[in-house]
Amino acid sequence: MSTFDTNPVIPGAADAPPPGGTGTPSSPQRLKPPQGHKRLLTRKDRVALGFMAGLPTFLHIALVWVTALASIALAFTTWDGIGFGSIKWVGLQNFRELFDSNPQFWPAVQHNVIWFVVLIAIPTPLGLFLAVQLDKNIRFSRVYQTAFFLPVVVSMAVIGFVWQLIYNPDTGLINSLIGANKPGHYIDWIGDPDLNLWAILVAAAWRHTGYMMILYLAGLKGVDPSLREASSLDGANEWQTFKNVIFPTLRPTNTIVLVVTIIESLRAFDLVYVFNGGAQGTELLSILVTNNIIGESSRIGYGSAIAVVLLVISLVVIIPYLVSTFRKERRA
Amino acid sequence: MHHTPSGLSVPGPSRRTLLRGIGGAAALGAAVPLLSACGGDSDSGSDSKTVTLGSNSSDAVPKKAFAEIYAEFTKKTGIKVDVNTKDHNTFQEQINSYLQGTPDDVFTWFAGYRMQFFAGKGLASPIDDVWAKIGDNFPDAMKQLSKGADGKYYFVPLYTYPWAMFYRKSVFKENGYEVPTTWAQFIALCKQMKADGLVPIAFGDKDAWPALGTFDQINFRTNGYDFHVELMAGKASWTDAKVRATFDNWAEILPYSQEGSTGRTWQDAAQTLVSKKAGMYLLGTFVGQQFTNATDLADLDFFAFPEIDPSFGQDTVEAPTDGFMLSKSPKNKAGSVQLLEFLGTPEAEQIYLKADPNVVAASTKADTSSYSDLQKKAYAMISGAKSLTQFMDRDSRPDFTSTVMQPALQKFIRDPKGIDSLLSSIERQKKTIFASS
Repeated sequence: MSTFDTNPVIPGAADAPPPGGTGTPSSPQRLKPPQGHKRLLTRKDRVALGFMAGLPTFLHIALVWVTALASIALAFTTWDGIGFGSIKWVGLQNFRELFDSNPQFWPAVQHNVIWFVVLIAIPTPLGLFLAVQLDKNIRFSRVYQTAFFLPVVVSMAVIGFVWQLIYNPDTGLINSLIGANKPGHYIDWIGDPDLNLWAILVAAAWRHTGYMMILYLAGLKGVDPSLREASSLDGANEWQTFKNVIFPTLRPTNTIVLVVTIIESLRAFDLVYVFNGGAQGTELLSILVTNNIIGESSRIGYGSAIAVVLLVISLVVIIPYLVSTFRKERRA
Repeated sequence: MHHTPSGLSVPGPSRRTLLRGIGGAAALGAAVPLLSACGGDSDSGSDSKTVTLGSNSSDAVPKKAFAEIYAEFTKKTGIKVDVNTKDHNTFQEQINSYLQGTPDDVFTWFAGYRMQFFAGKGLASPIDDVWAKIGDNFPDAMKQLSKGADGKYYFVPLYTYPWAMFYRKSVFKENGYEVPTTWAQFIALCKQMKADGLVPIAFGDKDAWPALGTFDQINFRTNGYDFHVELMAGKASWTDAKVRATFDNWAEILPYSQEGSTGRTWQDAAQTLVSKKAGMYLLGTFVGQQFTNATDLADLDFFAFPEIDPSFGQDTVEAPTDGFMLSKSPKNKAGSVQLLEFLGTPEAEQIYLKADPNVVAASTKADTSSYSDLQKKAYAMISGAKSLTQFMDRDSRPDFTSTVMQPALQKFIRDPKGIDSLLSSIERQKKTIFASS
């Protein structure tokens, strides 16, 4: 923040022809010299400001709030998407149907939770481990860094496609290597509901590890080297230094990691959609929303109801985070 | 506007930022009308010498075949056809908003419920005037398929293809197999093939729609065409003992179906037939696309799905039909009608079939002399059928088939024992879906 604030002052002072002291206007104005800082804004400025604030506000309201509220409203209706006249108010029926008779809904919620737990439990510590190793300035560290980060650069859809080839029951890499592509020995990585979620999570974790590594690496670069020095002077070994000194200073990074992982697990979609279209075993809320809304004679009301459930879950997660962040900011 | 600690604003740079901001806002403002222009009408199609046409034939072979038909039409009438081709699946997914926006004059679509749905919503124009001219070219079954629920015509069929059991003649000859016509013979053949080390029935249901075709065949063989139609229309109950009987029959052949099917695409399943690892495969004639080698293709043959209940025999054939519809307010109505009339002629169909040998003409007047053996057989099968069905996702509500039936059938394939709770779940969901709209 500090650089942001001071920077503009310098070119501003250089621009103003009279390097005026306090009280004199520093801008080349032909109008009468303004007295208070209120007068520093001309009519034009105010119009421009209004426009600048108004347009983004308008776009934000139209694209974020109106659409979000509209989909909440639609969650209580049935609508096939053809003409506004066919919207019918049905109250809580969509939700009742969703909770009681949709065989895919509860598994989807469960899979979103599993997704989060797995991402936090495996790739996150692994990413941290890799970051710590790379932070030691070992040889070829740039090469490793690039290699681990590459999956993050590749789009999720491409990752899904590639892993789907690896898991293909007949011609895929894994089944070919272990000889599981013959009748009687099939391992159906993509279709078997006991396996497919874990198979996809391997792909997701593969990508997430690189992501976490970069976040932690950035955090580690910001750790004051004197802390390390002090701790080694105190006779702490490497593990003790990490546990008692380095990791606590990574707190802000940990918060970001947690938020990023929650977001990743709630918005998980493209990977699974390409992998097997969200078949049994890999249902996710986002995929249920898409399957119900996209396509012909769409069930927009019902799909919106699922989207609202997803929204509520997101809010439950995000609101405590925002509250604690604001509280901290106010304290600071 | 930021204030320095002394309480003074720093106007110089902020003015600059302001100006930059105005520039940015102006650029945004300019972009908005640009964006809206994307959705607006383009005037290119409004003159009387051009007909616009929205097409879902994004694959190379059909795209070229269609282009040849339009070229012939332009040669005859001097009316240009402005084709707007979209990816096949995208076209289907966007059809709702496409038809409500500013659709092309004529668009490609499917016969059956899926056509009637949009006709019923007023998103297509009736074309009885076209059928007054082309009516004689088509058999009664095709006429039925082209009518909306109100009895008016909305659809011009171009081509059709049957679903059947495909096999390789050489494999049957080598092993001394005979084409089964009854369920008992079919089961015996499956057993024999398994003993001979073949996969009796190739199967790939990763995309979730192939199993719909298997259900259709077993259901109308077990319960007959009438019940099948009632079931598809949401009238008959899925918990009916008749439906249970269909699934019992299916469960009987599941042990002979290829394992791991929910992870396999239909293309991969077809490859096992190509490589002679599998004995039979239930699919549409488009399975021929996977037989890239000419001698393999010549070895490909098919038979109708075996009889299950003698009172229904093999009288029903599943023959999805593709064709054209007229959008709700075409800009060039006269030209569109002329185009549809031309598309309903045997001539147009023959141009298409020359380029795509996996399908047969919808018209009985089309010249069949250039047909391959497979096409001749397919043609005979369709024209000999007492009733024609389209396909589950064309005969029933697409939202029901895609969000309920596709996952349900995948579940059944893996766990046939859980059928009772599955059927009551289907029935529960069916009731709410068919109750809406």
